[in-house]
Amino acid sequence: MVGCEVGLDNTLSNEQHAQIQAHIQAHQHVPGGLMPLLHAIQDDIGYVPEVVYPEIAKALALSVAEVHGVVTFYHHFRTHPIGKHVLQICRAESCQSMGSEKLEAELKAKLGVDYHQTTADGSVTLLPVYCLGNCGCSPAVMLDDEVYGRMNTEKVTELIAEVCHG
Amino acid sequence: MVKVYVPIDSTALSLGAERTAKKIVQEAQTRGVNITLVRNGSRGLFWLEPLVEVETAQGRVAFGPVQPSDVLSLFEAGFTEALSDSAKAHPLYLGLTDDLAWLKKQQRLTFARVGITDPLSLEEYVAHDGYKGLKNALAMSGADIVKAVTDSGLRGRGGAAFPTGIKWNTVLNAPAEQKYVVCNADEGDSGTYSDRMIVEDDPFVLIEGMTIAGIAVGATQGYIYLRSEYPHALKTLNEAIRKANLAGYLGENIQGSGRTFYLEVRRAAGAYVCGEETSLLESLEGKRGLVRFKPPLPAIEGLFGKPTIVNNVISLATVPIILDKGAQYYADYGMGRSRGTLPIQLAGNLKQTGLVELAFGATLRELLYDFGGGSASGRPIRAVQVGGPLGAYLPESQFDTPLDYEEFSKIWAVLGHGGIVAFDESVDMAKMARYAFEFCAVESCGKCTPCRIGSTRGVEVMDKIVLGKNHPQNVQLLRDLSDTMLNGSLCALGGMTPYPVLSALNHFPEDFGLSNKEAAA
Repeated sequence: MVGCEVGLDNTLSNEQHAQIQAHIQAHQHVPGGLMPLLHAIQDDIGYVPEVVYPEIAKALALSVAEVHGVVTFYHHFRTHPIGKHVLQICRAESCQSMGSEKLEAELKAKLGVDYHQTTADGSVTLLPVYCLGNCGCSPAVMLDDEVYGRMNTEKVTELIAEVCHG
Repeated sequence: MVKVYVPIDSTALSLGAERTAKKIVQEAQTRGVNITLVRNGSRGLFWLEPLVEVETAQGRVAFGPVQPSDVLSLFEAGFTEALSDSAKAHPLYLGLTDDLAWLKKQQRLTFARVGITDPLSLEEYVAHDGYKGLKNALAMSGADIVKAVTDSGLRGRGGAAFPTGIKWNTVLNAPAEQKYVVCNADEGDSGTYSDRMIVEDDPFVLIEGMTIAGIAVGATQGYIYLRSEYPHALKTLNEAIRKANLAGYLGENIQGSGRTFYLEVRRAAGAYVCGEETSLLESLEGKRGLVRFKPPLPAIEGLFGKPTIVNNVISLATVPIILDKGAQYYADYGMGRSRGTLPIQLAGNLKQTGLVELAFGATLRELLYDFGGGSASGRPIRAVQVGGPLGAYLPESQFDTPLDYEEFSKIWAVLGHGGIVAFDESVDMAKMARYAFEFCAVESCGKCTPCRIGSTRGVEVMDKIVLGKNHPQNVQLLRDLSDTMLNGSLCALGGMTPYPVLSALNHFPEDFGLSNKEAAA
């Protein structure tokens, strides 16, 4: 078993809602404040809940469609909760030249998920990424906020075990 | 008290530098060895990372690559007295860092301090010639600063190679009560990491460059648009900005000059197209990163409709040395119309990867073999992609091309941001051509049809070619489609995707099921 136990709950707690409101207040007068606001929300909550689009739109004098448009334009933002940990595998050319296709196939099989999916136990969400700026040490992956170079399936599996159980 | 250096650069960290650093501190304490641990940037020799250095009377001595499991034996060899015979006998001993051939052969101007200093020490930055450029700039008129940048011959290092001074001059002469300086740190090209290294390993040089830009053109607010994939860079940059503010190098009345420049980091959100300057500006304004029509140029109507300098990290980080040592000093490096130096990033299937800053003019072959040491796999290098995912693939017959914007243009290739990705003979170039379309489809902003639709049609055509379906017709279709994207796209994403596609087709026709003769037809 590669992962660790955690549930995926998409109902907002009162505390989370209060956090979001505080972020909206802090950003509503910042020039071009929507992007930093979305980052702040996702950093705290793990995703940008669609239910708060109307509040964001009202505070920033935008339409709900505009908020939706921005959230969905950027690969980084997501509208649903994800696994406890995020594993990003670099799909770009440099990593391909060092065998990243084999790595991604093996990791998908090992985790039992495809890209944009979360392991059955909710521990790891697998995402593709196009360059981590670690091209001198391909293939590269990023697990949560740490980048790792010269990876293979065994090493990544160990890293996952460490963050889940370590 | 001996100084021991362990890099804090992302690449060093990705190879275990944090654990190595912890183990060194732990082992020193256990043994009662008195050390000061300094977290420096990376020297850019990635096959030797984590590269540990020890200060001596003769200079810094390097050991590498040092894994946590090597630390015990290093202490047993007395590596903190790095000039001792026992330290020299250690298998990871590399000699004086400055004598390493990789570094000796380089001309490090933009990267002069990278790997040497603690990135967040403003004192060290100043001690190593930092803020000399700003000091000079504060005594000059805006027009003279712009003239120095123009005379240096500096061209946009993000990839477009547009003369930086001309861009600045347009902003200087655009009347407005508010102007902006925007740094494009959305380094999305595969095979590139020089922006990340500057931001993580010498952030003050970027801050200084942007401050000079602001003073030159009369802009009081700067933004750095930084990739969300670079969390370490974000932390370093925010801390560096905080320190620069505290020390009076940012904010109001910079160094008592009466000049004002505020600087803020904005995080990108994983859209490659936001590396395109107008898409970046839309994103900074809090919108979808849709490419704008040009004109108007950002220099006239940029961020929030105001005159804006948009420059790449490397361009801005090169400004301080130009203002410090003079335009001519910088222009004396290079060849033809490519003046100065290019921080080249060796990546992919190479034995020795890392950062090589050289005057323009070195050949690809020198980089791949003299610096790179050939392929990592030991198999012949078959293809090299220069300039990121929109750059052409070059075959061995073109490896003697000098790194120069115009020379590359002559062979229908680009230098771009200076990334070089090597592939060995196992590469399937038809697959790489298909990938180029796939990447374009994933990253297209969707504003123009050739890019939005053409990229998906390109994937489909490539699939048919690989399967051998209606082969001659589909190859012709691929060329037609490429022609439409080249000439009809709004920006370089759609407009340059044909570079990797057609270069793969033209140089490696056998991978597309064609003979050389068929490909030529």
